[in-house]
Amino acid sequence: MPKQLEIKGVSVAYGNTTIVQGVDLHLEGGDIGCLLGPSGCGKTTLLRAVAGFEPVATGEIWLQGRLVARPGFGLPPEERRAGMVFQDFALFPHLSVARNIAFGLRRQGGRERQARVAELLDLIGLPGSGEKYPHQLSGGQQQRVALARAMAPRPDILLLDEPFSSMDVALREQLAREVRELLKRDGVTAILVTHDQFEAFAMADQIAVLFGGRLHQVATGFELYHEPANRFVANFIGQGVMLPGRVRDGRQVETELGLLAGGRPHGLAVGAEAEVLLRPDDILHDDDSPLRAEVVNRAFRGAEYLYTLRLASGQDLLCLVQSHHNHAIGEHIGIRVAVDHLVAFAKGRESARWIGAGV
Amino acid sequence: MTATAPSTTSRPASARPGPWGVGVTALALILALPLLVVLGFLLVPAGEVWGHLADTVLRDYVTNSLWLMLGVTIGTLIGGVGTAWLTSMCRFPGRGLFEWALLLPMAMPAYIIAYTYTGLLDFAGPVQTLLRAGFGWGYGDYWFPEIRSREGAALMLSLVLYPYVYLLARAAFLSQSLCVLDVSRTLGNGPWRTFFTVALPLARPAIVAGLSLALMETLADYGTVQYFGVATFTTGIFRTWYGLNNTVAAAQLSALLLGFVFLLVALERLSRRGARYHQTSQRHQAIRRYPLRGGRALAAIAFCLLPVACGFLIPAGLLTTWAWRVADTRIDAAFLGLMGHSLGLAATAALLALVLALILGYGRRLHPTRGVTAAVRIAGMGYAVPGTVIAVGVIIPFAWLDNSLDAWMRATFGLSTGLLLSGTLAALLFAYLVRFLAVALQTVESGLGKIRPAMDESARSLGLRPGGVLRRVHLPMLRGSLLTALLLVFVDVLKELPATLILRPFNFNTLAVRVYELAADERLADAAPAALAIVLTGLLPVILLSRSITQSRHAQTT
Repeated sequence: MPKQLEIKGVSVAYGNTTIVQGVDLHLEGGDIGCLLGPSGCGKTTLLRAVAGFEPVATGEIWLQGRLVARPGFGLPPEERRAGMVFQDFALFPHLSVARNIAFGLRRQGGRERQARVAELLDLIGLPGSGEKYPHQLSGGQQQRVALARAMAPRPDILLLDEPFSSMDVALREQLAREVRELLKRDGVTAILVTHDQFEAFAMADQIAVLFGGRLHQVATGFELYHEPANRFVANFIGQGVMLPGRVRDGRQVETELGLLAGGRPHGLAVGAEAEVLLRPDDILHDDDSPLRAEVVNRAFRGAEYLYTLRLASGQDLLCLVQSHHNHAIGEHIGIRVAVDHLVAFAKGRESARWIGAGV
Repeated sequence: MTATAPSTTSRPASARPGPWGVGVTALALILALPLLVVLGFLLVPAGEVWGHLADTVLRDYVTNSLWLMLGVTIGTLIGGVGTAWLTSMCRFPGRGLFEWALLLPMAMPAYIIAYTYTGLLDFAGPVQTLLRAGFGWGYGDYWFPEIRSREGAALMLSLVLYPYVYLLARAAFLSQSLCVLDVSRTLGNGPWRTFFTVALPLARPAIVAGLSLALMETLADYGTVQYFGVATFTTGIFRTWYGLNNTVAAAQLSALLLGFVFLLVALERLSRRGARYHQTSQRHQAIRRYPLRGGRALAAIAFCLLPVACGFLIPAGLLTTWAWRVADTRIDAAFLGLMGHSLGLAATAALLALVLALILGYGRRLHPTRGVTAAVRIAGMGYAVPGTVIAVGVIIPFAWLDNSLDAWMRATFGLSTGLLLSGTLAALLFAYLVRFLAVALQTVESGLGKIRPAMDESARSLGLRPGGVLRRVHLPMLRGSLLTALLLVFVDVLKELPATLILRPFNFNTLAVRVYELAADERLADAAPAALAIVLTGLLPVILLSRSITQSRHAQTT
């Protein structure tokens, strides 16, 4: 059984500038993948290479067992069976919603086509809006029409290029969840490109973190947060601080907060200098704890406060505390460490090992 | 960007000129030929005639042109900015009506309004006759302003050119974020002070751009100044060409006039660039208009009514009465023949301009290299160049080509070809294209600009081949722009006077030329049917413009 999408060692270049470098990635049928990274990391370029708008410099792209791109060859986009949803939707302003959706359904008969359009209008929750024109719809509705248009010909893969970036920030996560539900209901295989980790968490089964044209880690959102493969992923996903320490043995690191241990070997040499990633939820507020830290800053988050705490040594920590624990700046509060996933990096080196609890 | 090959999508275009680059550049060069010819004559040593011109009339040309420009500046600024501010920022009865009615004078060519007012205000006209009858005055008993003067010409031109300023100033006022005006009010400035210290400076680039367009038209005008006997560059070029029969001096006068024009073009470009940076905020609230009541409302109505009435209603009404009076005798087979000439010529020029504009526009979209962009820019320069100058620039190379060809044919085959191009419709159409291609080009390019690359890519990923993208996405989306481009060029050609006068084939008359001839014979009423036909056609683009204004108003309220 061939994979739905297989990207093997693909590089994409503009002139002498390499934008994407040797990316390997694959996706099973029905899965939703995500290319996540800061702007300029090459994620959109990679997506456009899959769609057929950019040629590959090295490597191969396979869609459902068909070779669609290798150096010197590219199946034109109209023959790839890859649907695409663009950042600005690119709805055809001269066509009604129904005719936009039916645009890619030229080979079907009239009745079949109408049935598919009606089905999709239902699916996106806009039944009866078929005769409207794109400009009469809200941004969210336009986005769903763009999605339906791309889904209509039942493409082998659906490519979504920052589909929520023009939406209100408050709406993005909700929309991402809605779109995920839609795609899952239709069993669509899809790739989402985004720079917003919460969008990625809300929508994707597998997230590929891209930076500088290279793939850094492919994992679930949970794994990216708790078991980042390197410093870049650790910094890019979520918040946290790096606490210096020394490796005691294969599972433990000695720090000024005591001996921190994880469930898995970290692979660093005994006695080496290391840094441990501490997430805000790794530090718990506990009035009974003898370990004290000074509140130097705090940000109210509604249900929680995010405190910035300073240890006697001058080391800063982040700590997430329920907001009824209201402490003023300058106060000293008790804390303790609760590390489930110990993430330790060799000091000053890019490589990463983690000590996972439950993996 | 391209719909031809997936491998070239959004790649930086290569520096090597492809077939498009060569074709577009060649086209641009051909279209730039008249300008190059005229400017080339600056290198030819000035003859005796030039010395004579410089000693006698040149100072008049410069002084009169400058005075006209000053008058038009004052007139269009007061009329254009004042009405734009009132209709966009204040609320008074009839505001919505004036919003589009203020554009009506655009339909009126300056030479036609000049003929009309002469008929109305000169000694034998109804106004003075009425005064004499009413007060029992005789000839010489009273003072009456002379309309056929420099000041009169400035007034006539202002009346039909203020809409340029009005349009651009209005757009600028509407795009100003209300916040900055509110900030000024909270800092203690009254509405007047706010207007002069905030709104006006912010709108200045747009106003200057509109003004430079109006001034270009002023410099290009021939019919009005000729009729009023005001010696300017355009009339001077005519006199030197026909009266003194001196090609070199006429071309050099044209080059001098071009110098003025280029200054205005530079001014316009600079201020348009400035306008981009004067957008203060992306978010716009719906405008809360300042309500005017009682005397103020009346004053506002009068201020807006005056230009509409003087610039359109009165002259159009007068033309209609005259046309009605002479309809029996004047609307005959000859008149229909004129109509046929005018419409045929205008339609042909419009179609040709559209085709060229599409070639240039697509050339730039598919291959946005620096060379192609520059070529397209050059091809679009003609809009600033007076018709008289273009005519001179067309006639000289065409005559040279005819003579050379004739000499060569006689030398080689012993037969004379005579004049093949000069004095033909081909020469005239070429001149129209040089002058009005920019109008079509601008419209087509803005239409193409609305078709973002993502549209092409969407269509491709939904299974369309490049040809299908063109047919099913581009053409339907461009249809409106193409029609608009056709219409605009059509109307501009119909109204054009000086180039037609110089380049038309012998005994070939158009509506505009006939109006000019009849007016020159002081048969103003007889000229009315043809003049009215021109004005009515000129209303078409005005209707188009006013419709887009009404639409933008709806967009604001939602």
